[in-house]
Amino acid sequence: MPKLASFRDLEEMREKLRSRRDPSESEMPLITVCAGTGCLALGARKVIDAFREELDERGLATKITLKETGCPGFCEKGPIVVIYPEGIHYVKVNPTDVPEILEETVLNNRLIDRLLYSDPATGARAVHEEEIPFYKHQTRILINNNIKIDPKNIADYIVQGGYSALALALSRMTPQEVIDEVKRSDLRGRGGGGFPTGLKWEAAKRALGTPKYVIVNCDEGDPGAFMDRALMEGNPHSVLEGLVIGAYAVGSEKGFIYVRAEYPLAVQNAKIAIEQARECGLLGEDILGSGFDFDVELHRGAGAFVSGESTALMNALEGKVGEPKPKYVHTSERGLWNRPSLLNNVETWANIPLIINRGAHWFSSIGTERSKGTKIFSLVGKVNNTGLVEVPMGMTLREIIYDIGGGIPGGKKVKGVQTGGPSGGIIPEEHLDTPVDFDRLTSLGSMMGSGSIIVLDEDTCAVDLARYFVDFLCDESCGKCVPCREGLRQMRDILSEIVAGRGEAEDLKTLKEVAGVMKSASLCALGRTAANPVLSTIRHFEEEYVAHIQDQRCPALVCEQLISYFIRPDICIACGLCRENCPQGAISEEESAEETGKVVMAIDQSKCSRCGICFHVCPSKVKAVVRISGKSSAPPVPSASISSGDKEKDSKTR
Amino acid sequence: MDAVDLEKVDEIIERYRGREGVLIQLLLDLQSEFHWIPREVIDHLSERLRVPTSQIYRIASFYKAINLNPVGRHMIQVCMGTACQVRGAQKVLDFTASRLNIKPEETTPDLSFSLRKVNCLGCCSMGPVLTVDDEYHGGVTLEKVEKILKKRS
Repeated sequence: MPKLASFRDLEEMREKLRSRRDPSESEMPLITVCAGTGCLALGARKVIDAFREELDERGLATKITLKETGCPGFCEKGPIVVIYPEGIHYVKVNPTDVPEILEETVLNNRLIDRLLYSDPATGARAVHEEEIPFYKHQTRILINNNIKIDPKNIADYIVQGGYSALALALSRMTPQEVIDEVKRSDLRGRGGGGFPTGLKWEAAKRALGTPKYVIVNCDEGDPGAFMDRALMEGNPHSVLEGLVIGAYAVGSEKGFIYVRAEYPLAVQNAKIAIEQARECGLLGEDILGSGFDFDVELHRGAGAFVSGESTALMNALEGKVGEPKPKYVHTSERGLWNRPSLLNNVETWANIPLIINRGAHWFSSIGTERSKGTKIFSLVGKVNNTGLVEVPMGMTLREIIYDIGGGIPGGKKVKGVQTGGPSGGIIPEEHLDTPVDFDRLTSLGSMMGSGSIIVLDEDTCAVDLARYFVDFLCDESCGKCVPCREGLRQMRDILSEIVAGRGEAEDLKTLKEVAGVMKSASLCALGRTAANPVLSTIRHFEEEYVAHIQDQRCPALVCEQLISYFIRPDICIACGLCRENCPQGAISEEESAEETGKVVMAIDQSKCSRCGICFHVCPSKVKAVVRISGKSSAPPVPSASISSGDKEKDSKTR
Repeated sequence: MDAVDLEKVDEIIERYRGREGVLIQLLLDLQSEFHWIPREVIDHLSERLRVPTSQIYRIASFYKAINLNPVGRHMIQVCMGTACQVRGAQKVLDFTASRLNIKPEETTPDLSFSLRKVNCLGCCSMGPVLTVDDEYHGGVTLEKVEKILKKRS
């Protein structure tokens, strides 16, 4: 790509590229394969290689274009292949399907039925993306381009209208007008806090001191959230364009993109995007001939959850230990190297070009009264269609889980959803009709966070989940301030006792007290919100805590110390898998007490460590291992005589 | 252990000449070269950058991605993010650990495997997720773990 020296150059380049390569206008078939981390994990690399080989072998490499794209979000059904110009959408494609796809679909325009998405309820096949319920109910304005562009090629982004917002801002708007537009849009920060973006920009613009810095926070540490990864991997230029516009608005000449260590592909694609933008004159001196200078540096994180906090991230950028500083002065006034710094999350930045191009009015027409625009959620856990979903603010959790997510697998009941990562909380089933926006989730004791929606079914134990988050945060607390460091440790100790059946009556009160201190006295948001998972589970699932404490019973049959494992002699086929895998050597062959001569496996309860490996390795066709919880339910060894009541219970939980 | 190629270290330091705040980036680059950060490298860095060894250790030990101990030929990471957690990641971790006969964050005595838990790899749709070196495995079952380990031992 040549250097673009003016706004006109950019438009001319776009026209030239469009006439050559727009998939809908061009006659040349185009095969796109999702090459996001999700599809790659499911074998997309082999599919891409198979296409390349097949195209070469048939001498079609110059007649058919093959493109590796970003993640469209339907990770459940990956690897995903879309064939243009028709836009035929194939799911779960294997390398062995490739010759057939080429022969049938690409060359002869025939559909391959088994590769089309089929509705689990009706069995109806969907040919195009927009017919699939998962996509149909979404409003995809941020993530829609991921499937159309090769993130490693800036030309693809330009064809889709890329950098036109930047050109518009630089040529027709003053920095103040850009800020006013962002303010009018009512965009709120997508990283979790929900602070009004325009106000943050205004503060950074007004702050005294040079140089000023603008920063992209792609330290997406919330477990269960991956929209920032998908955007950074799949459409890095949209983030970069937002960043350059922000830099122009606040008067910054230097920006940073901070990407966490666990996202190697996002690091790679961001790096390529920066290099290509620089080559094209969209970064560097005198951008598009406007006289505005700006450049960006990429910074890789090194694995620390707390470094996603803004002051901690700035410490990390300075090459120091990534732990937070007290925020007596806002980072917009004194941030990175004590200079005014504007930090926004990936998704926030990606919204900026849309707001500039289509206007604040358009943007604020989407969403609820106090939360505007769309939000990308990662819908994961116990739900049929997992993946990234982009919906207008205000859609209800039930619509997201059932209309888009296709409900809960195995016909189980939904217990609730966990939102907001380790700083969030659990929202029980009865509140699923709540419209999702910043304020409503907070009022339920959870929060939006970066947008993870983890669906929990009846097999999830609320106490165990609270303990998991506290454990996670114990691991990740930097230890700088006492309330967070010690508070988490105390909570972990108490919760560990409860899940082991050694809880005491006043534990709940103590947990609430510790939580109160952490909330009011911790240094950064990690500590202040760390008790949320505990508080919200006590608020909504207190009876489960009571069952653990009073009856030593785990209703969800999760807490290892409170369950016993038995092998049902009437079902066991004595294959020996459990015995082979038992780390305690607690399983041996016995003669069934019910049926003379039948050999079965039996667990010696005195040796059993309740690790549950036998339960998980027992072949799914057999399922002879059962779990029982509660102090009154321990049958004798060997397990010859489990009452029919237990059998019923088992069939419910399996 | 073989002697560390300090020339290589110098070469990596040169990439960052004249730039501020690069220590973490340097450590990451050095790690991708040596797989872990040996004592000699830290001493050498300290001398070249004129930064006290203690300060480098403080940073290197704070960040999880930096290994201060030798790692095995294969690095196995089990994702412990929430989405994987609710789909049974703990069982996958426990089983892998018991199969390798080490605890998480340890390396087998023959240096063939290291096991590490990691807080979310961002492919939450296909949990539980386990990675071996650069390879991702989704929807992991104990059976799959068995196969993955067998293939490499």
